[in-house]
Amino acid sequence: MTLGLSLGVVVGYLVVALALGLVAYRVSETTAEDYYLANRSIGTLVLLFTTFATLLSAFTFFGGPNLAYRAGPEWLIVMGTLDGVLFAVLWYVIGYKQWLIGARNGYVTLGEMLGDRFGSTGLRALIAGVSLLWLFPYVMLQQMGAGEALVGLTDGVVPYWGGAALITGFMILYVAVAGLRGVAWTDTLQGLFMLSVVWVAAAWVVSALGGVGAATEGMLAARPEFGGFGGGAYTPEFIVSTAITIAFGVTMFPQINQRFFVAKSAATLKRSFALWPVLVLLLFLPAFMLGAWAAGTPVEVPTDANVLPVVLGEYTPAWFAALVVAGAMAAMMSSSDSMLLSGSSYFTRDLYRPLVDADASERREAWIARIGVAAFATLAFAASLFRPGTLIEVGDTAFSGFALLALPVICALYWPRTTRTGMIAGVAVPQAAYLLVVLSAVVGAVPTLPKTVLGGWDVALGLMALSGALTVGVSLLTAPTEEGDASRFAVAGD
Amino acid sequence: MTRLRSDLVWIPTFAILVAFAVPWPLWGVDRVAAGLPVWIWWHVAWLGLCAGLFALFVRSGAWERGMGRRAGTDAVAADSAAADTVATDSAAVDGATSRDPSEPTGGDRR
Repeated sequence: MTLGLSLGVVVGYLVVALALGLVAYRVSETTAEDYYLANRSIGTLVLLFTTFATLLSAFTFFGGPNLAYRAGPEWLIVMGTLDGVLFAVLWYVIGYKQWLIGARNGYVTLGEMLGDRFGSTGLRALIAGVSLLWLFPYVMLQQMGAGEALVGLTDGVVPYWGGAALITGFMILYVAVAGLRGVAWTDTLQGLFMLSVVWVAAAWVVSALGGVGAATEGMLAARPEFGGFGGGAYTPEFIVSTAITIAFGVTMFPQINQRFFVAKSAATLKRSFALWPVLVLLLFLPAFMLGAWAAGTPVEVPTDANVLPVVLGEYTPAWFAALVVAGAMAAMMSSSDSMLLSGSSYFTRDLYRPLVDADASERREAWIARIGVAAFATLAFAASLFRPGTLIEVGDTAFSGFALLALPVICALYWPRTTRTGMIAGVAVPQAAYLLVVLSAVVGAVPTLPKTVLGGWDVALGLMALSGALTVGVSLLTAPTEEGDASRFAVAGD
Repeated sequence: MTRLRSDLVWIPTFAILVAFAVPWPLWGVDRVAAGLPVWIWWHVAWLGLCAGLFALFVRSGAWERGMGRRAGTDAVAADSAAADTVATDSAAVDGATSRDPSEPTGGDRR
């Protein structure tokens, strides 16, 4: 009976989120600006939560506690530093600058902005293509997370593929009908919901364990090394590499980067910026500590399940555990929706229109976008069935791929001397190299390339440095093209 | 240019805020205080400090000056329906009106 209850709660929650999207769809206009950017009318609370909820993914809810359970609570430090502090600084450095430029010139995508600045359709298409490439593993990550979550919640009665298929279906349906306004609404709802529910979950489990002190004592009795900062998997190189690649990567995620264009006013961006570290901490502290504390409990976590649902299943009533899993799945769904939606705008605006059919009608474009989303999500679902790595590994691959875009973009935003050739070299070369490293790990026929360089530093961090050096170096060696126009990025108002 | 020399202090400030969000001085320390390892408390306090300083950065106007803009202006006057401050920022008004003339007064607060 509890199985039926659990599944009922999960599916019911997903249906409510879908209904909310439909309401949003009814009040939305049908223009591309509204579909993708909600007419640039997103206010502080919604902007904050929509960005926040986009970070609320399987990576946070399942991957994070899993890692804390296995390697120790230092993951809180890594994620808190990168999301709470470094990302906030980049929010200003990249985000605010993009907002100023976007509001002036009406851009909707990163590729559009750079393509216009450098007068290059090729660059525009390159940025869009690279972004879609790395979006793929991240969407896959959500499907893997959902599959594993339902295995954990139902003790394996719902198979892994069933959970992954369920979330894929909802994802496609949702994006097809709602657009950004719908996504932003449900993001806010889910952000608030998950924030409260994670604290309730932590309180429930902690009180069952006899308080915070007892929970930590239990953890230290089972895993004494969890008490000291660092050690084990957490080397300084790992902490620095991970924090930098993920934080820079996050800013280049289509769904996050597109958020930089949607704020209603600068005041909205400013308030979100100052609230960010606190919000991040409020989410990560209970979520990751639950994972770490679980190491001190007698709970057995099956190898292909996530820690969080298993622990909740042990210490909280079935309906509550189901509610948390439902909330996490819905949050993952909204992450995926945002991603797919932004991905589809990259696809139609930066690839389909400039390269295939410049005169496609709005109606046709909308259909192309929806078909593209369905195809993309289905392919990601198929790939997720192979489970090519842990949640953290797959997520980190995607983040690193995006991170390689960040330094060339910062160059373009702040250095008027940047040239088109410099941008193309700075983007294309490190991307090709990283793709090779990733493929060599997945494809058996190719010898596996090393994932770290110079004694423990993530190869992506090295390639990031290369991307910056190439952009600057090649720009200095080449002359700006006639089609380029650095004044497109001038924002000094007076 | 409206940048102030004193604003430059924000650059090392941000660098320190990012660098020490990781409790490096407590590397290897395994003391527990109030139920959690002390280095977790460091991180919690540090993120609180960040939020405070970020708010100060915004309020002092360095946020705008850092982009070469005049403090106190807002490129789209949507948050305060009155467009008084924005009128001084002609480029921003251009940016706003070229898109949608009805937007600055619109009450669309979703």
